[in-house]
Amino acid sequence: MAHDFRDFEHLLRLAAIFVAGFVLFVVVRTILVPDDFGEYGHYRAGALDDNRQRPLRHAGMSACVECHDDVVKSRAGGGHETVRCEACHGPLAAHADDPSAQAPELPNPVTVCLKCHLPSMAKPAKFPQVDPSEHADNEPCDTCHVAHAPKLGKG
Amino acid sequence: MATDRRDFLINGGRALLVASASAAVALEHVLAGTPEHAPGYTMSEHWWAMTIDIDRCIGCGNCVRACKAENDVPREPFFFRTWVERYHLTADDVDRPVVDSPNGGFEGFKELYRPGDGSKNFYVPKLCNHCAHSPCVQVCPVGATFESPDGVVLVDTTYCLGCRYCVQACPYGCRFIDPRTHTVDKCTLCYHRITQGLTTACCEVCPTDARVLGDLKNPSDPIHAFLREHTIHVLKPQMATGAKVYYADLDGSVR
Amino acid sequence: MGVDTTLLSQVEGFMYPNEVELQWSVLIVLYPFITGLVAGAFILASLERVFKVEEVRPTYRLSLLTALAFLLVAPLPLQLHLGHPERSFEMYLTPHTTSAMAMFGFVYLWYLMVVLIVEIWLDYRRDIVLQARSQTGFLRWIYRAMALGSDNISPRSLAIDDRVGRFITIVGIPSAFLLHGYVGFIFGSVKANPWWSTPLMPVVFLFSAMVSGIALVLLLYMLVSWVRRTAIDMRCLDTVARYLFYAFVIDFSLEMLDLVHRIYVADESFKSLDFMVKTRLFGSQIVVQIILGTLLPLGLLALTQLTRLSDRARKSLYATAGVLTMVGIFAMRWNVVIGGQLFSKTFLGYTVYKMGFATREGLLPAILLMVLPFVILAALIRLLPPWPEPAAQRESG
Repeated sequence: MAHDFRDFEHLLRLAAIFVAGFVLFVVVRTILVPDDFGEYGHYRAGALDDNRQRPLRHAGMSACVECHDDVVKSRAGGGHETVRCEACHGPLAAHADDPSAQAPELPNPVTVCLKCHLPSMAKPAKFPQVDPSEHADNEPCDTCHVAHAPKLGKG
Repeated sequence: MATDRRDFLINGGRALLVASASAAVALEHVLAGTPEHAPGYTMSEHWWAMTIDIDRCIGCGNCVRACKAENDVPREPFFFRTWVERYHLTADDVDRPVVDSPNGGFEGFKELYRPGDGSKNFYVPKLCNHCAHSPCVQVCPVGATFESPDGVVLVDTTYCLGCRYCVQACPYGCRFIDPRTHTVDKCTLCYHRITQGLTTACCEVCPTDARVLGDLKNPSDPIHAFLREHTIHVLKPQMATGAKVYYADLDGSVR
Repeated sequence: MGVDTTLLSQVEGFMYPNEVELQWSVLIVLYPFITGLVAGAFILASLERVFKVEEVRPTYRLSLLTALAFLLVAPLPLQLHLGHPERSFEMYLTPHTTSAMAMFGFVYLWYLMVVLIVEIWLDYRRDIVLQARSQTGFLRWIYRAMALGSDNISPRSLAIDDRVGRFITIVGIPSAFLLHGYVGFIFGSVKANPWWSTPLMPVVFLFSAMVSGIALVLLLYMLVSWVRRTAIDMRCLDTVARYLFYAFVIDFSLEMLDLVHRIYVADESFKSLDFMVKTRLFGSQIVVQIILGTLLPLGLLALTQLTRLSDRARKSLYATAGVLTMVGIFAMRWNVVIGGQLFSKTFLGYTVYKMGFATREGLLPAILLMVLPFVILAALIRLLPPWPEPAAQRESG
């Protein structure tokens, strides 16, 4: 009996090493796996919060309306009524948070208009497209148009 | 030699005792601790999607610029969470559209084509389709990308290894590796905005409402009428990814 | 990979903007090449141990050491490639069971610890214990540690070792298939990429692995014999070459099947892929992989099988065929990995692969990683000499 054991005792030493390794692995694993892993699926639930907590750069039109209700009224019935503020005015969350400190620059009246209204074959035909050289001898758009109420009606 | 066996058993027993004690402590650690939830927003009440109306897209590039600003995306021409493609189909080669996307449409599109050449042209905005059966989520080896309970495919940037398998697995080319963090990045459907009642940055600035965020679980959301009233397509339907970006009036030549 | 804006100017046609820079570099070409060599070398060893092809016995221990040397290097190209190699242990903590890549950690560990190391240990144990008894100083401690402190090499213990070793080898064969086959599945299961997506991929990878592994051991056996100035056992060499030939015929048939099927079915991706093979991939696919790396060595090996040639002629042909085979199988990995990223998923465009030199994923690390296993092998051969083969022990069990 003792004679037999001696002949495979080296295998038991090997097995002991494997068992020890496995136990170590299990212990390390329980320590290292994040607590909230697996709550909703195979991922760390905290990642949902990480994704939610990013800073806002665009305020969203409802924030603009809070202070600039007059602008909203002036756009009523015009062609741009459904265009939201930041489409032309750029990201304004910083301004919405602290209006006096972050007074934004007004957009360039030519580039901001042309980025949408310059003619292109790929634009839907029914979308108003204007070639500034043909339309107004390359005069800047705000010579005749008010961006908030674009149909001719300046001054 | 008999002492060898005894020693082995004694030492083995000691090791086992220590191991089980540590395991018990660790288990307690695991069972405690749950994540915080955003107050006022319940994930199970939402199932996010987006609709894109090709007939309305004017290729202005507002969405591309707004996304890069909102989400701090690198400005180089290889990294886009959303981009716009322009398709040009000539009468004599219907199979091979000529497609371009100069810097993803960030500065808009220069006019390349002459009126009256008999071609068909249109713009196609692209973004992550937030697939319900996402192949990218399937292949992530560690669980660093996932579909949230409200239908948005997100990335855990603290967990991502940067192995790039998900980038390979996405049929739509919407993922990239952020060169600053060496982890994967992609459209998050502005998760930080939509969970606060705002819309995505791209939809916010779209002047023609070509892109509109939708909540399929909300019965009064206009997406339901939209899906009913338009001819709806998803990209690469044969891949059965469960894509949730629904295109209206999408031409068959779109890749 | 750095941001290289000149890449855009080399894009032909249209690609999704995020596709222009390649995601997987030459290091990801190296990884399947290395694990393929491991699997192939091990299969050759198992030919003798399990299938009793005793002619190849002179290469048995060399095959095992070769497999070990390459397996130790295998994770290194992956670590260099990862954006966050320090997080790679996450594959052990939270493996995502739907991902073929997630099984890497466990399959690798299983194969390294349970199959390769245990098998080598069991086969060498007698020599290790003898060395532990006879060596002095630092080396003595190394050998004692390797013997796990055991001093027993009685005939009965060695007989037990032999039986357990045979069992391990039997388990090792499907383990070797899994170790390399899952890599093929990693590619073959990506439905987004038509160059990769085929159920044949794991099988093609496996057979090309066997081809490259057998060729490697063939070359190493010739090299080591030359260095030691011992005579080559021609019966052994001829048998190894014969198995190389068989494996190569099967591998070639599988690749031809894939090719013919693609051309016949001609699905939406075909035109784009066909164009890519005829232009950007022509050199590496047609010239290097097919002509130089498959047809030529197959022809040379067929020559040795079908005609009578002198020992010297056969040796030169084997050596030439062996080298060409290794180059060809590397080219095959290159064409799969790099080729799969050169074309756009829109099927409308192509990009180029810009391999750096002294960058993290460049040519220099790739070369160093290919040299390293040979250095490790040299050390292993010093520590655990494969000769003389323990022929006397093997009669029992």
